Amino acid sequence: MATVTLTVNGKKVSGEVEDRTLLVQFLRENLNLTGTHVGCDTSQCGACVVHMDGKAIKSCTTLAVQAAGSAITTIEGLADGTQLHPVQAAFREHHGLQCGFCTPGMIMTAVDMINRHKANGSKLDEKTIRAELEGNICRCTGYHNIVRAIEAANAAMA
Amino acid sequence: MYEVNYHRATSVEEAAALFAKAGDAKFVAGGQTLIPTMKQHLAAPSDLVDLRHITALKGITVSGGQVTIGAGTTHAEVAGSAQLRSACAAICDLAGHIGDPAVRHMGTLGGSIANNDPAADYPAAMVALNAAIRTNKRTLAAEDFFTGLFETALEADEIIVSVSFQAPAKCAYAKFPNPASRYAMAGVFVARGTDGSVRVGVTGAGSSGVFRHSGMERALAANWSTGALDNVSVDENMMLSDIHGDAAYRANLVKVMAKRAVAAAG
Repeated sequence: MATVTLTVNGKKVSGEVEDRTLLVQFLRENLNLTGTHVGCDTSQCGACVVHMDGKAIKSCTTLAVQAAGSAITTIEGLADGTQLHPVQAAFREHHGLQCGFCTPGMIMTAVDMINRHKANGSKLDEKTIRAELEGNICRCTGYHNIVRAIEAANAAMA
Repeated sequence: MYEVNYHRATSVEEAAALFAKAGDAKFVAGGQTLIPTMKQHLAAPSDLVDLRHITALKGITVSGGQVTIGAGTTHAEVAGSAQLRSACAAICDLAGHIGDPAVRHMGTLGGSIANNDPAADYPAAMVALNAAIRTNKRTLAAEDFFTGLFETALEADEIIVSVSFQAPAKCAYAKFPNPASRYAMAGVFVARGTDGSVRVGVTGAGSSGVFRHSGMERALAANWSTGALDNVSVDENMMLSDIHGDAAYRANLVKVMAKRAVAAAG
């Protein structure tokens, strides 16, 4: 057992976990932050994507103890009170979801993607968005409206 | 996942000491292969020694064409390094196509080559660039480092510190990703040195893992063009054969990827 202390959505949290506990289990079961989903559990689907120190990672492929001391942002940490994050607002506006299971991971990936391309000054066009969604699987939408939502959010965040 | 004891090291020396004290330990860097492998019960180390917080293993330096990349440098950092891109863009492009963005934020060069997956991309680059692989014990030539499928010359308690190579005059990497897994079914890294020598590293296809193709190297050293590869044969008997592609298919794919790489290198 280990005591892990980390910052989650701006708040310092601690928990007792086995060393083998995955970060996603810690978030969901210790902190009740169930917005982060477990889809495939084999690192492929991206439903579990969160940000660790500002970078998108797969929380089903990271141990909670590996994340100790880091700053984690989950889907619950994006909105500012009742004000949706621009990417969340764009997913709603452009109907970037159907069943919604993949959506938290899609949105966390999209926020990372937009921030990264802004930081290095590279253009985030449709082809790039589709390539960057390599690690996020949606079984409902065919991705069309997800891509539109990310394009719109990217423009809104300019 | 079976139970495991986690240890975090902040220096290479501390990591080696933690490893020596533990039972059946493994080093973990980004964990993008090891954690899924442990979840599937295909690996069950008693202890994990985390190398991700060792500053000395991170970073990229380029000096007079000599490139050094710390073993703990992530794929995203390799892909995004402007100074590395100006010296050897092919390795940035290679890193930028490993896995997906989230995997690239965690996965490291050292972790990839230590695992030596026969379908991994980096081994082809290391062999073609004639990289020197420095560990906490010695320095190995890439060709001596990779010894077979998932096998390397590393001892259990040996830690990769960095890889170094001389930036070639021209180089490029072309891979044919499996449409489902996106791992290379054949990936070919071609490099033409400033002295005109040519090295060709092939991943994904060989039944013994990454290899150099001397026939292609000779043909390209004599005539650096895609046409020079027309009459070079790739031995089917050396190829992997599985449900994704038989040996003849892979042998052909190696040649096609080599041509694409030469064309891309210009």
